[in-house]
Amino acid sequence: MTTTPIPTDGHPGRRQRLLQLWLGHSDLHSGVVAWSSYDPALAGRPPDDLPTAPPYPTAMAALRDGWRLIQFSPAIPPAPGSEFRTSFLPNEVLLEKTEADHVR
Amino acid sequence: MYAEAAAAKPQPIPAHLRRIADGAPGAEAAEALRAWRALRDAGHLLSANQLAEFVARGVLSFPALIDQAFNREFIDWVAGGGSTGEGYVGEDLRTAWPAGSLVPRLLAMPQVAGIIASLVGPSPRFDHVALHRVPAGRLLGQNWHADATIDPREDAFDLQLMYFPHDLPAEMGGTMLLPGSHLRMVHEISIARYQHFVGQMPTICPAGTIHVLHHGIWHRARGNATDRERLMFKIRLNPRWKQERLYAPGEHRSPEINGILTRTEPWMGVEGRLEVINRIRLWRHLTGDPQFDARMWMGRLESRPQARIHPASGPE
Repeated sequence: MTTTPIPTDGHPGRRQRLLQLWLGHSDLHSGVVAWSSYDPALAGRPPDDLPTAPPYPTAMAALRDGWRLIQFSPAIPPAPGSEFRTSFLPNEVLLEKTEADHVR
Repeated sequence: MYAEAAAAKPQPIPAHLRRIADGAPGAEAAEALRAWRALRDAGHLLSANQLAEFVARGVLSFPALIDQAFNREFIDWVAGGGSTGEGYVGEDLRTAWPAGSLVPRLLAMPQVAGIIASLVGPSPRFDHVALHRVPAGRLLGQNWHADATIDPREDAFDLQLMYFPHDLPAEMGGTMLLPGSHLRMVHEISIARYQHFVGQMPTICPAGTIHVLHHGIWHRARGNATDRERLMFKIRLNPRWKQERLYAPGEHRSPEINGILTRTEPWMGVEGRLEVINRIRLWRHLTGDPQFDARMWMGRLESRPQARIHPASGPE
């Protein structure tokens, strides 16, 4: 994986990595069904790899590994007339992990 | 794939095609009916089970469907500066390219014509075409997206064919598809926030493979880590006939079809049952059977008995 150093632009010290997980249902113990990750240490989007499994099996597993949950999508009831319409994935969890610039 | 269709007992011509052939809109419909019948009689139409698979997953794959001689000719034609950019949006597919050129030859191959006729009917309308050329060493892929825009049609769909003329190993990328995503209402690249799904499907396939897609399928082009250019020819087709009973004659109610329609994808989580309901709705349209159900997913919702055990004046 390419890890081009990114200047900290006057904000030295801590860098925020983000991990988005989508869960099978609204329990944090439920299985991860989709995921995305963002790392400011990378120049641009991550390489187009072909992963065989999510980085963590559940959101709880990510929490145990030091990720901090900063947002969990609300439960929104379906609009009348659209009870069976599907669209974006529900049960979205946003996690962060901060680390010192010198770590990597 | 065709043996099952060929072995099926011949059934009456679909009523809507018969009506069309008997009157308006005239000779064009009669020609379409003749074309559909010829494909049916030759066993080139998709079976009911294949159609169910398409309704459930939004994708059918036909590995090495096109022979190597045509694949080679297509690759050489592109290398020689050939362009598929004929036709215009909305044109009748039959007149969109010069007769005898590569694209109409590809689409007229019986096995390809049978797929098209089974899903959007014979003589569909040409929507648009794209020849994707991904250079060697382009590692960055696309974001996830669905083509066009939100498309809320429940009783019709467009078809997209992806033709890969050369072998597509994993390192060459190809297209990543998300089976079962086709009935979700999203607008284009609004789904870019997702990077990976459990159950996503890379198009790793041999030369001559055609993937047949519902217009709503979520997909993205992957990077190409090889030292060779990657080619993919894509065409979108619109139906011009009602998409009802266009597949090969055969039983559309069976335990096997129930199993196909109720099998959910691993990324769906708790929403899998909603997808099953949407599939059943589409299946009802495509089979002309408004009473179809699988495992009572619709019957439960439609159960609103009106018969009373008491007289109209109420209990005595």
